[in-house]
Amino acid sequence: MFSALANPARFMAFSRWAAPILGVIAVGLIGAGLWLGLNAPPDYQQGETVKIMFIHVPAAWVAMLAYACLGGASFISLVFRHALADAAAKAAAPLGAAFTGVALVTGSLWGRPMWGAWWVWGDARLVSVLVLFLLFVGYMALRASIEDEAKSARAAEILALVGLINLPIIKFSVEWWNTLHQGESIMRAGGPTLAPAYLTPLLLAGAGYSAAFGALWLERIRAEVWRRRATSLALRAALA
Amino acid sequence: MTLEALSAGKYAAYIWPAYAVSALGFAWMILDTLARARRWKRRAHRLEGEEEG
Repeated sequence: MFSALANPARFMAFSRWAAPILGVIAVGLIGAGLWLGLNAPPDYQQGETVKIMFIHVPAAWVAMLAYACLGGASFISLVFRHALADAAAKAAAPLGAAFTGVALVTGSLWGRPMWGAWWVWGDARLVSVLVLFLLFVGYMALRASIEDEAKSARAAEILALVGLINLPIIKFSVEWWNTLHQGESIMRAGGPTLAPAYLTPLLLAGAGYSAAFGALWLERIRAEVWRRRATSLALRAALA
Repeated sequence: MTLEALSAGKYAAYIWPAYAVSALGFAWMILDTLARARRWKRRAHRLEGEEEG
């Protein structure tokens, strides 16, 4: 499927209907997840603040998914010199930055009543997610700072690949270091420790956020393909 | 959704801003993405038309 979509014309034909379908799926899943989540009983320890989990955790998951997509697309672009992969990497960065920003702010709003602090510099999970945000911003800044698009793409792709090391650090930070952030309670050996009343809405919202990222990512790749086509046509007209 | 579900008690000052930030994040991503796609598609079509004409 990937090799078929590597053809820009085929990708444009596929994404034309796939993006809106994913968007509709996202609305349904996020709506169902938040409806169940807002009606879930207060947690015995965290009280009503558990409601923040249904928007904070999916945002953090998708932030990492976005970086994995950015890194994967950068690798393909760097190794195979594929223009569509470069467009995909470029399109993932602003979305990843937005999801990471949402995860950081909602996490801070959850941390204040639970830990008594908006931010803890000594917490490995918090700092590694901040590094993720800076990697997205750095990637975009690097692309914008070099006028030659091919050179800026290469430099940004190398940064994206180096930054991939941060993903396992985020994932295992709560196991490798003592952190205020709670430990892994879903993707862990032995199964999730969350009660179904919380797990079901969380998984629905997580799937919905992922579908939303997919829809927006496809649409942004389409925009980048159009931009490159317009730039190439404008250049051709100027040289004629 | 019941009104009880929307009552967040003493933590409302943390919960609803968190939802507002998420809504704003989504609103920016959707509007910026659609505006960008529309703008470049229109420009590419215009230039294609000029080249053909």
